[in-house]
Amino acid sequence: MRAQFVFSEIFVGLRRNLTMTIAVVVSAAVALGMLGVALLMVFQTSQMKDFWYDKVEVSVFLCTKTDQTLHPTTCSGGQVTDTQMTALQTDLTGNPLVQQVFPETQAEAFAHYKDQAKGSPVTEYVTPDQIPASLRVKLKNPSTENIDALRSTYQGQQGVEEVADQKTILKPLFKLFSGLTVSASTVAVVMVGLALMLIVNTVRLSAFSRRRETGIMRLVGASNFYIRLPFLMEGAVAGLGGVAVAALGVASFKFFLIDRVLAPSFTFTSFVGWDKVLLTVLILVPVGLLMAVGASALSLRKYLKV
Amino acid sequence: MIRFDQVSKTYPNQNRPALRDISLEIERGEFVFVIGSSGSGKSTFMRLILREERPSTGRVYVAGKDLSKLSNWKIPQLRRQIGTVFQDFRLLPNKTVEQNVAFALEVIGKSRPTIGKAVPEVLDLVGLGGKGGRFPNELSGGEQQRVAIARAFVNRPMVLIADEPTGNLDPETSVGIMKLLDRINRAGTTVVMVTHDQAIVNQMRRRVLELDGGNLVRDQSRGVYGYVR
Repeated sequence: MRAQFVFSEIFVGLRRNLTMTIAVVVSAAVALGMLGVALLMVFQTSQMKDFWYDKVEVSVFLCTKTDQTLHPTTCSGGQVTDTQMTALQTDLTGNPLVQQVFPETQAEAFAHYKDQAKGSPVTEYVTPDQIPASLRVKLKNPSTENIDALRSTYQGQQGVEEVADQKTILKPLFKLFSGLTVSASTVAVVMVGLALMLIVNTVRLSAFSRRRETGIMRLVGASNFYIRLPFLMEGAVAGLGGVAVAALGVASFKFFLIDRVLAPSFTFTSFVGWDKVLLTVLILVPVGLLMAVGASALSLRKYLKV
Repeated sequence: MIRFDQVSKTYPNQNRPALRDISLEIERGEFVFVIGSSGSGKSTFMRLILREERPSTGRVYVAGKDLSKLSNWKIPQLRRQIGTVFQDFRLLPNKTVEQNVAFALEVIGKSRPTIGKAVPEVLDLVGLGGKGGRFPNELSGGEQQRVAIARAFVNRPMVLIADEPTGNLDPETSVGIMKLLDRINRAGTTVVMVTHDQAIVNQMRRRVLELDGGNLVRDQSRGVYGYVR
């Protein structure tokens, strides 16, 4: 196999159909970029579910030192005492609706908060005693009625600042992510179809413009693989071009939308990191290659008789 | 070298067969003319040897191999043993003479030293020594056909198939091409040549196969063009 020969064939082919090559790269990039965004959202949702959603449905926030002034109605007794906290925990554990209780001390809550709000200037002014300790509760059946029942039982008890329905807080975020996933995957599916058709057509044009060469190759007994390889590689190069542009798109989605818009507005949860962006791109590479090479092979079967 | 065993070929959606019950044998080292009017089945005959088509019934053997049992991925191996020359030369216009001939070796994966040795040799053989750097459009028709023959022969095939190689050339030039094919034949290569050129057939006095409407109507050694009707 003469690598130099194959490579010169590839670039001659790509240059000859420059407009089609650009069309393939752009449509493959949009298709893969949308796929990447959808993947990122799936990672995001599963990360949030791992962290919050599957564990707790209700958080019982306990009074802090400062709450006596901030929430005078519920925290009139000042900071929650150890006795109160133990009593609440025992009571919650014994509640038939409750499956499990995870206590979180102020120090733990502060560490958690700092971790999630990393980079935000607010962290500098927050001290551990401002962050409430809490009892995170997982219900046996997290229906709205059960959550309401739990709230009415514990809201107003001594030392309880607020009983918060975690599900309701997180709902808009989950809604946003699932909406993004659905719309991005819809666009991805349409664009993948478009990209496939474009690749098939490009390879067909390429095969037609080089029918003289391939005809001779066939006659002198070049192997099928050798005849087809330049066309397949052409598809692969265009596909990789698409992946590269898509990677830029996914990265800017993370940089501009997640880091600049979403993260500052929803400080109570963490967002996917660059490791997940890298993973997404690593998934896009084989997908893009497979798409391009597969479509090329399909096209060659039809338009390049060997 | 080439054997047809009761071969018929009917193309899909056609009632009349392109070839009807052809049986013949071409020995190693023979020089054979295939003649017949347009539509007589000459092209089908050639395509069957190259395994571009499969017979509807019967068997075709080339170099001892039954082509109907040849799997698709072995076809290139078969074609490496058959050189092909056409009326329209089929050279690559953007490659020089040398590159055109070398192309045939490159695409079957021959090494650079082998190519560097074989190409000048074969160009000398066809009488184009010193013209390796020219482009096809700088050559006369006869010279272009010599390049095509060089390309077909550079891999030293056992069989050379020529489809009206002189069809585009004037009689004088044709004689030169025929001398070249004769020389290749005398070196041991089987030559099968389709032609309409009466003068050449009458002059060469080689075996003549005549096809008419898909039937083999004449198989004559040392034949002439003639009209058997």
